[in-house]
Order: sequence, then C-alpha cells, then structure tokens
Amino acid sequence: MAPTRRLTAGLALALVATVLLLDLAAGSVPNPYRAPALLALGSGQVASGGHCAALPGN
Amino acid sequence: MTDTTAPAPAGTVSRRAALIGAAMLFVALVGVLAGARYGLLLAIGLGFGITLEGLRFGFAGPWRAMILRRDPAGIIAQLCAIAIVAVVAIPLLAANPGELAGAHAPVGLAMVGGAFVFGICMQIVLGCGSGTLVNAGSGNPVSLVALPFFAIGSFAGAYHLFWWTDLGSAPLVVLSGTGGLAVTLAALAAVAAFVWWRAAPENRRVAPRLWLAAALVAALAIGNLVVAGQPWGVVYGLGLWAAKGASLMGADLAGSAFWSAAGNQDRLAASVLTDVTSLTNIGIIAGAALVASWRAGLGQGLPRLPARAWAAAVVAGFLLGYSSRLAFGCNVGAFFSGISTGSLHGWVWFLAAFAGAVLGVRLRPHLGLEAR
Repeated sequence: MAPTRRLTAGLALALVATVLLLDLAAGSVPNPYRAPALLALGSGQVASGGHCAALPGN
Repeated sequence: MTDTTAPAPAGTVSRRAALIGAAMLFVALVGVLAGARYGLLLAIGLGFGITLEGLRFGFAGPWRAMILRRDPAGIIAQLCAIAIVAVVAIPLLAANPGELAGAHAPVGLAMVGGAFVFGICMQIVLGCGSGTLVNAGSGNPVSLVALPFFAIGSFAGAYHLFWWTDLGSAPLVVLSGTGGLAVTLAALAAVAAFVWWRAAPENRRVAPRLWLAAALVAALAIGNLVVAGQPWGVVYGLGLWAAKGASLMGADLAGSAFWSAAGNQDRLAASVLTDVTSLTNIGIIAGAALVASWRAGLGQGLPRLPARAWAAAVVAGFLLGYSSRLAFGCNVGAFFSGISTGSLHGWVWFLAAFAGAVLGVRLRPHLGLEAR
C-alpha cells in the first residue's frame, strides 16, 4: 500500500511528542505553583519570554 | 457534486468529536501541569494552526501567487491582518512598556542578508516559519523533512548571532505612539495600493475566507501579545528545541554569547511547556493536523520527488532557520509582528525577503520540487 499523508502527519506529531518526552526525561518539569498570572497585561510583571527579534542584553 | 447539507456519517462525527476532545484535553493538561497561561498559549497556537490550515491563509503561497500570477489577494489579507494588530498593539505597547514587549530589532547588514536568504528558501520549500509548521502538521513531506533542519539552523544562527550583528547595525528605530501608528497604517495602505495596482485586473478580488482568516489571525496575534507579553513568534522556539537536544547530547553552549546569556540559560533549563513560542509552535502543528484529519485529507498519497528535491528541502530548511535568526525573525516574528508593533526592521525584512522570494520562485523548478 502506498504511503499517505497519514504517515507524514503522524511523524510530525511524533516529532513534537519526542521533543516533549526528551525534555521531561532531561528533568525539565514544569511547576504550576510558580506559574505567572494568566495574562501578562495587567500582571505587573516584566515580559521575559524568548523571541526571535530579541537580542540578549538589549 | 457533494451534498454538503447531508449529515456526516456516524464514523466521521465520532472521529471529529475525538479530535476536539483530544485538543481540549491537551490544553487542559498543559494548563494543569504547567499553569493556566501556558494552557491558554497552547490554545492560541491551536487557533493559529486551525485558522491557517482551515482557511488556507499563508505567507509563501500568496507571495508566489503575486510573483507568478499577479494575484494580490493573499498579500492584501496579510497587510489587513497586520493593520488590525497594529491598531491594538502599538497603543498597548505605549501604555504598558513594562508588561508588554514588541518585536523590535535593529536593521543591519546581516539582518538584510538573512531576510533575503529566507525569502529564497521559503519559496523553495513553499513554507515560511508558520507555513513549515502548518504544512508538516498536515502531512506535507517536504515540510516534514525541512522542519528539523529549520530547528537546527535556528539554533546555529542564534549560536553565531553576535558575530553577524557585529558586521554592522543601525540604531533601533521603533514607530511608537499615535504618530507611529499613523505612519504604520499609512505605509500598509500604500503597499496594499501598490500591490492592487500591480495586480492583474482579473485577479483584483479577495475571497471572503481570506478576510475571515485575516481577522482571526489578527485576533489570535493580539491574544498572544496580551497573554504572553510579547508578539507572535516562531523561530526562537524551534532553536530552543535544537539547543535542548544539543545540551542533552553533551554539547557545551558556554561558547555562545547568545545561548549562555541569562535568559536563554533559564529557558534551556525550564520546560518547553513554559516557553511561549514552543507552545504556539506545538499548537500550530497540532491544529493543522486536526484540520487535515477533520477534512479526511490525510489519505492523499505522497509525491515522488527526485533526490535533489529532498536535498534541497534539507539545505533550505537549515537556511530558513539560520537566516531567520540573523534577520531577527521570519515572516511571523519580523514581518507580521515586527511591522504590527512598529519596528522598522519588519519593513526592511519585507523588502529583502520579497526580493529573495522572486529568486526562490525561479529556483524551485530547477531543484525538482515542481515541473519545469
């Protein structure tokens, strides 16, 4: 039977699952009790996420 | 002709219910395990994926349509979405400078060159930053091959980023406040008018689905800014995945000024479920897969491509990642989010990437990715 997009879409989801599982295996476990407020706007906290336009130090 | 008013078969209904249930469960799990903000960001990512795939809204395809057929519809929809976001984002950023950050970066030599190379490569694989994620999720094999190399390229580009920026950068220019918003909207309108003027007369129309998609993408992008405190991005998250992989294999990232910086060290140690762009990227892939499965579109056979086409996907995938780091973003982080938050680099990125796209469209047939 010829392969279909079911195979490749499944591989894409498997890639995501692999990233998540390897991250957990490496000990990067999230802590919901240290989670920030639901919305950054109005939280009083400085935005600190990574972004492709941001250069460290700027 | 298919009768679209007929009820779907029971098997289809149960499959679709399972898809919705799985998506909701995934969001709930992330919300419980990592925190409500992260669950919400995953939901926003799913929304992006569902909208982009479901309404066929993209970036690389519309640019190709304009270059080859002088069809302006997709670009007009992109400019409209950017304008909607700008109307909300630029005043929000001015009023909340501590809590919210824009996609602001300086124009520089490497930035311009990176955008040009990105434009070439996004036409070779026919997928930009968001497009590669959407296409991979919906089972496009070329994007699936390109995606891991995109991540590796993003990691490598970030690793060398300071060397490239040291080649020369202009001071940061941000169009802010009421004046900045007015200039941004006027420039968007001018580009839209130019594109409309250059369009073939028979193509001067925009399908209703594109207006809807533009409004939904804009709403999701505003949601991303309000929830995360930063605009929609793609490339950082992919590079972070590769950086985590490199660390896991024993690589020492201390040699990179970028990856050894405090914020990046923190994110390398933290879960990807707490990284903003990782969550939206995961959501985009999963959302696109959900729509493809919903439409029963996954039964489509895979194309037979020559070896040079797969090699081109690998090389272009790597260059998409590498060049977008030098360019301070891809079509999302620089073009969409840069312009909509007032950064001059978004405009320069647009010009350079479109010039590259003109070349990329002509290269694609020679690489075996379409008939010559």
